[in-house]
Amino acid sequence: MTTHTMSVLVENKPGVLARVAGLFSRRGFNIHSLAVGPTENPDISRMTIVVAVDELPLEQVTKQLNKLVNVIKIVELDPAAAVQRELLLVKVRADTTVRSQVLETVALFRAKVVDVCPEALTIEATGTADKLDALLRMLEPCGIREIAQSGMVALGRGSRAITAGSLR
Amino acid sequence: MTSVTSRDLSNEMPSPRQLPRPAPPVGAPVRVTGAQSLVRSLEALGCEAVFGIPGGTILPAYDPLLDSTRVRHVLVRHEQGAGHAATGYAQATGRVGVCMATSGPGATNLVTPLADAHMDSVPVVAITGQQTRALIGTDAFQEADITGITMPITKHNMLVKDPADIPRAIAEAFHLAATGRPGPVLVDIPKDVLQEQTSFLWPPELRLPGYRPTTRPHGKQIREAARLIAHARRPVLYVGGGVIKARATAALRELAELTGAPVVTTLMARGAFPDSHSQHLGMPGMHGTVAAVASMQRADLLLALGARFDDRVTGQLSSFAPGAAVVHADIDPAEISKNRRADVPIVGDCAEVISELIDAVRAEFQATSPDLDAWWQQLRNWQQTFPLGYDRPTDGMLAPQYAIERIGALVGPEAIYTAGVGQHQMWAAQFIKYEKPGSWINSGGLGTMGFAVPAAMGAKLGRPDVAVWAIDGDGSFQMTNQELATCAIEHIPIKVAVINNGSLGMVRQWQNLFYSERYSQTDLGTHSRIPDFVKLAEALGCVGLRCEAEPDVDKVIKQAIEIDDRPVVIDFVVGKDAQVWPMVAAGTGNNDIMAARDIRPLFDEDGS
Repeated sequence: MTTHTMSVLVENKPGVLARVAGLFSRRGFNIHSLAVGPTENPDISRMTIVVAVDELPLEQVTKQLNKLVNVIKIVELDPAAAVQRELLLVKVRADTTVRSQVLETVALFRAKVVDVCPEALTIEATGTADKLDALLRMLEPCGIREIAQSGMVALGRGSRAITAGSLR
Repeated sequence: MTSVTSRDLSNEMPSPRQLPRPAPPVGAPVRVTGAQSLVRSLEALGCEAVFGIPGGTILPAYDPLLDSTRVRHVLVRHEQGAGHAATGYAQATGRVGVCMATSGPGATNLVTPLADAHMDSVPVVAITGQQTRALIGTDAFQEADITGITMPITKHNMLVKDPADIPRAIAEAFHLAATGRPGPVLVDIPKDVLQEQTSFLWPPELRLPGYRPTTRPHGKQIREAARLIAHARRPVLYVGGGVIKARATAALRELAELTGAPVVTTLMARGAFPDSHSQHLGMPGMHGTVAAVASMQRADLLLALGARFDDRVTGQLSSFAPGAAVVHADIDPAEISKNRRADVPIVGDCAEVISELIDAVRAEFQATSPDLDAWWQQLRNWQQTFPLGYDRPTDGMLAPQYAIERIGALVGPEAIYTAGVGQHQMWAAQFIKYEKPGSWINSGGLGTMGFAVPAAMGAKLGRPDVAVWAIDGDGSFQMTNQELATCAIEHIPIKVAVINNGSLGMVRQWQNLFYSERYSQTDLGTHSRIPDFVKLAEALGCVGLRCEAEPDVDKVIKQAIEIDDRPVVIDFVVGKDAQVWPMVAAGTGNNDIMAARDIRPLFDEDGS
């Protein structure tokens, strides 16, 4: 099974997330990650959905999604032609013995320290799933206390926008 | 395209009058309550009947309904009856069927008929009351999250939170229900939204940016399909319910006669092509004719029109129609290649698809027209060797198939027949001859026992000029027969033929075939007259008749036909051992079809 990233424009209405999530579970598809947020148009939200499915079931799930009345447009984003980002907040044990090692890793990954206390640091990092995985592997030995990670958001590269003209 | 308009449509379903359109009162906004706005919206959409039951939260809507001269409300006995009646009405008239219920249990009782309408793509609008806005989410009395509950079983649903949105919500619901692939839409309205003052302005503007059904097929795909038809040696037209919903049956006949190909009509498409037509092989699937099933197994081309390759048609998918190229035309793109990969996918409305196919096939035939003689020889051979038939029960009791066959013969093809679910449904699909679209109304996808009586009620209300017969089983009948009280009081004189074999017949048949004749929980005791269906009918304000022997069958049916001022129930006491044949056992392939017990046509071995 391969991972696919779908960018789904939906009407900004109550219950739309439940409709989309319900459809995936009802039809037996597993959502890897899902991120919802506003777009430049206040009436439209964008869902970025990552699913691990084969080509044929993907076609079926896309068609089923398209049948939802609140779904306006679906575009599958090719990873090679899209910018994909996740946000990671990680709280790491960082007493004097490991603090310099943690800070070095933070610099290396161009991450940021967003909260400090004597025993721990909270680090913010953005990037692809691969980069964030690598960062976590580096921090692991220091002692990870807690992780909060967002779903992936993505946009196609270049000047074209999928939202343009999507509302009749 | 022009051929659609010039074709004789007199035999088609009536055209919908309920699509949103400007209707009086157009003009300046009027001050009304939300409830009045709801009733005015229904009137403006041409809704003539609502099936429902009032209750706490929907009460405000029932007040202006009392004054409406255009909307007739039919007070049913159970909300499930309201939903199936709306479905029967919609299937018989081609218009949107409307049902109404209160919040909580009223709304949840609509779940079964909504799921039923969803599976069979029937345009139904359900309007439910909801607890007041401030109480939503507090587990208030008779509160149920009905939009959440019905999300997977409706085409769409909505909760109206502002009374100003009522006209738009109702217009959108009718539009969504009736267009594209039809389906049920639920509109949930809180009680205080119905009570609040608002302004009514008609017509409302529909806001459905994500809803754009494709009706016009792709020209390239049409030409490719026509090319395959011209070169096929063993083509089959596999016709589904979509052809009836698209009002494309006249066009279908033209296409069939142009191509000379055999036609099979699925359970949902009985009546889409005349049973009397020489090219009709009957119904395919689990209880289809041997000729219909065998034709698909041996076909080199399946032209699927408004059908969805349901498991009851295909049997084991991997061995279904192994040698056939598939042209699949459907208005719902998600149906195409869902179960069986389509070689030529066509997304579009069947009326437009078939009309364009006719022109394209005609053009192809100028170069090559296929010779189907050898194919027809084989098809006729199957038809003659394995015709539909039945044996008289050895215990001397009435044959259920005979009773149903005689109803079809005496009542005729102009009538509407509804059915419950089970053996009687299959026999009604097999032994009544359908000539017209809309004359057969049943629960195909969901298989809802109890469908027949309320669906017949809805059909008769929509088509009062037509005789409506519910072919029911004693099991199905006991699920919803209370709607006969509604029929009696509302003067909806339907006929009900209870095919009373004393048991849950289809389950019993499976126990006989697959569970070593161990009849677990299938004896209903109805042969010991509990209940006595004649007395029950009389108690419900109907005429009750009984028939137990073959010589009386015609007489009783004629007696029922004569009665037109009340509903009539006939208790046909039939043998319990009769079985539905042919049969493709669940999970097996269509090549394993049994024409009758121990009679297997053996397609594989003899290569026929």
